[in-house]
Amino acid sequence: MRIGHIENGIVLDHITAGNAMNIYNVLKLGELDCTVALIKNADSPKMGKKDIIKISTHMDIDLDILGYLDPGVTVNIIHDGEVVEQRHVELPEKVVGVIKCKNPRCITSVEREIVHEFKLTDRTKKVYRCIYCEQKA
Amino acid sequence: MKNLMNITDLTVEEIDELIAVAEDIIANPEKYQDACRHKLLATLFFEPSTRTRLSFESAMHRLGGAVVGFSEAGSSSSAKGESLSDTVQTVGCYADIIAMRHPKEGAPVVAARRAGVPIINAGDGAHNHPTQTLTDLLTIWRAKKRLNNLTIGLCGDLKFGRTVHSLVGAMARYSGIKFVFIAPEELKFPRYIIEDELESRGIPYKEVTTMEEAMPELDILYMTRVQKERFFNEADYIRLKDTYILTPDKLIPAKKDLAIMHPLPRVNEISVAVDDDPRAMYFPQAKNGMFIRMALILKMLEVTV
Repeated sequence: MRIGHIENGIVLDHITAGNAMNIYNVLKLGELDCTVALIKNADSPKMGKKDIIKISTHMDIDLDILGYLDPGVTVNIIHDGEVVEQRHVELPEKVVGVIKCKNPRCITSVEREIVHEFKLTDRTKKVYRCIYCEQKA
Repeated sequence: MKNLMNITDLTVEEIDELIAVAEDIIANPEKYQDACRHKLLATLFFEPSTRTRLSFESAMHRLGGAVVGFSEAGSSSSAKGESLSDTVQTVGCYADIIAMRHPKEGAPVVAARRAGVPIINAGDGAHNHPTQTLTDLLTIWRAKKRLNNLTIGLCGDLKFGRTVHSLVGAMARYSGIKFVFIAPEELKFPRYIIEDELESRGIPYKEVTTMEEAMPELDILYMTRVQKERFFNEADYIRLKDTYILTPDKLIPAKKDLAIMHPLPRVNEISVAVDDDPRAMYFPQAKNGMFIRMALILKMLEVTV
């Protein structure tokens, strides 16, 4: 199956197979009124299978959130059908307001309007911990 | 230093400095009796902890300062639904320094963001209790005149006891330390702390199930309580409970200069008959808690004597 090229917009490539829907939801791509294509299990010489998301508009994507969700993703910026910029995302040092602390004994479970925040404590094992109670994400 | 959330917020050098000040306070208490005159400590205890609160309050009074506060959440505005952040921000308008106890983990981090004055974590749930660890370190120092080259036995409930987790993290930073974990299978020291704090740094440790196996080699014996509710069935509790009670008989093979410690309160895990043994350090330990808190308050208020 082939999905056509986009003229202007963003292509999120090298998404871990099966992870595109999660990224779609967290980045709230469902709220866009442009064309968004979500391709699952595309053949990839490097990854075997991969997912791809094509967005036919330019928008600000929070690379920190994307890096946390899937640190292998490549972000391609497309202008007039050409890739004008390519960015590789990495695990961010902090993840703010995306995931919630699961520890019922954490202060975040009771304090009003508190922003859940996690910091990267082990890059090789991809461990994030709550900045309040230090529970793993 | 702005706040103290966790014992590892302090460098080894800062801990040495606090111990040195505490020793000077013990030797020359009159020198410090007005050091914090006109300074106000707020003790915000959202859950009761009489021992820790009185230790902080005694520390501030002995420095010539004053104390305000509450001893349980029911007598604070949090009972009316006020957020922790608002409570602390208000108290920060009155007091120069805050010692806070809270049942929720990470509560002092929230407080530190809004208080505008130094915050000391006086215990946040089962998470951290850095002034207990400072108390333990001062006690070890006073008993041994060193914090390195020690074999430290930790006995009892090593799975849930935050004081032993924190003490291991703090002592693992000194050279020549060996740990002996004495616990039943059900209450063994957590594997993840062994991996993170000991194995990753090549620090020797061993795990045994009886005190007798470890006693002759120990320099420090840190006792904790084995609580009945931690066991799945009563038969296991009854089978094991006496194993972890320290009696004079069990101390016969111990070193003459062993230091026996306990964070208190004790229930029955150390026989009262041990109290008169000169190696029993648990009541001096409570007193050391007040001295190290005096040193900490001075440091955090940047008061020099």
